[in-house]
Amino acid sequence: MNIGLTLLGQTIAFIVFVLFCMKFVWPPIMTALNERKKKIADGLAEAERGFKQQELAERNAEQKLSEAKQQANDILNQAHKRANEIVEDAKMAAVEEGNRIKEAAHAEVEKEVHRATEQLRVQVSAVAVAGAERILKKEIDAGAHQDILDELAAQI
Amino acid sequence: MAGAITPSEYIQHHLTNWTFGKHPDGHWGFAHNAEEVAQMGFWSIHVDSLLWSFLLGAIFLFVFHRAARNMTSGTPGRLQNFVEWVVEFVDQNVRGSFSAKNDLVAPLSLTVFFWVLLMNLMDLVPVDWLPWLAGQFGHAVLGMDPHHVYFKVVPTTDLNVTAGLALAVFVLMLYYSVKVKGLGGFLAELSFQPFGKWGLPANLLLEGISLISKPVSLALRLFGNLYAGEMIFILIALLYSGGIVWGTLGGVLQLGWAIFHILIILLQAFIFMVLTIVYLDMAHQHH
Repeated sequence: MNIGLTLLGQTIAFIVFVLFCMKFVWPPIMTALNERKKKIADGLAEAERGFKQQELAERNAEQKLSEAKQQANDILNQAHKRANEIVEDAKMAAVEEGNRIKEAAHAEVEKEVHRATEQLRVQVSAVAVAGAERILKKEIDAGAHQDILDELAAQI
Repeated sequence: MAGAITPSEYIQHHLTNWTFGKHPDGHWGFAHNAEEVAQMGFWSIHVDSLLWSFLLGAIFLFVFHRAARNMTSGTPGRLQNFVEWVVEFVDQNVRGSFSAKNDLVAPLSLTVFFWVLLMNLMDLVPVDWLPWLAGQFGHAVLGMDPHHVYFKVVPTTDLNVTAGLALAVFVLMLYYSVKVKGLGGFLAELSFQPFGKWGLPANLLLEGISLISKPVSLALRLFGNLYAGEMIFILIALLYSGGIVWGTLGGVLQLGWAIFHILIILLQAFIFMVLTIVYLDMAHQHH
């Protein structure tokens, strides 16, 4: 086995091949690999961010929901209170009206009683006069005794 | 195929390169037999080794360049997947062993690994196929005696090829040693370790041997492993001329050895790459 020019030929070829590989083969491959690495990392980060956003949105929604519930409760309570108030007011108005009607009736009755008493008084005095007339017949002069009769009638 | 030739002639034929060189009388031409190859000495070119090594290197670069051009950071295709797998494997090894910053080392390692792998893989092609084809071609087209057509197809079984790679690595080691540490720093490293300045001759001897041994071991390890593997394939192939029983045994042995040899092929390519990375890393380190 000779050591010969083959060795130099091989060395030169090696250098040329390595230079070619260094210029045209290695860089594009590495670029693509790094690019993909970056893409994957970006994708993962994006996914992470999406997760976080979703979590945030969920928490937000929960908060909104509880707020709405609270509001509904408040409204309901207010409505109840208002309804009670209205009922109370109505009751009070009714009682007042009833009282008023009662009083009016009372006054009416009183007036009626008064009128009836007046009438009765007149009638009684008339009856008394008539009675006395009958008893005394002619002896008593109605005109002469009118004062006494009036006095009697007032005592009734 | 062995025909009338003896086993030793058969082996000799398989171990002789197709050589172009300077004949002793001064003119350049192809060698017709092993003796002429030996006479050429340094001024010889192993055409078959260089042909296959260039071809395989070109195939490697063509395929990888094609993949690199059509590279996408989206979903990769089949070729891209494979290329990415190889590149990431090499890149991981470089990152693991090489601590300095150097844009040359990773592509260099990729080239070394894949090129050596392809050259080693030629060992799995049955030993007689391509030489026989070459013999037929030489006989039919060039009118040569097929027995004088020499054609070795595994470049890494040629010491010239492995030494050529190792030489390039060695030059790079020296270059980066000087570049990183300065010529003075590099020489100081050779002279003043491990025994301090009073042991300078011993230091020079030890460090010099350790320095030279790196490319030598790099070249010889690859060459030795592949040469031995090739030799065993050739010996197994000899069995085919020994009748049906020996032939069957040869077939079984060849299959078994080929399967085992895949391991060596991969391992040697890997070792060559890792050692290249480590040696270059050492060149970048201050001791």
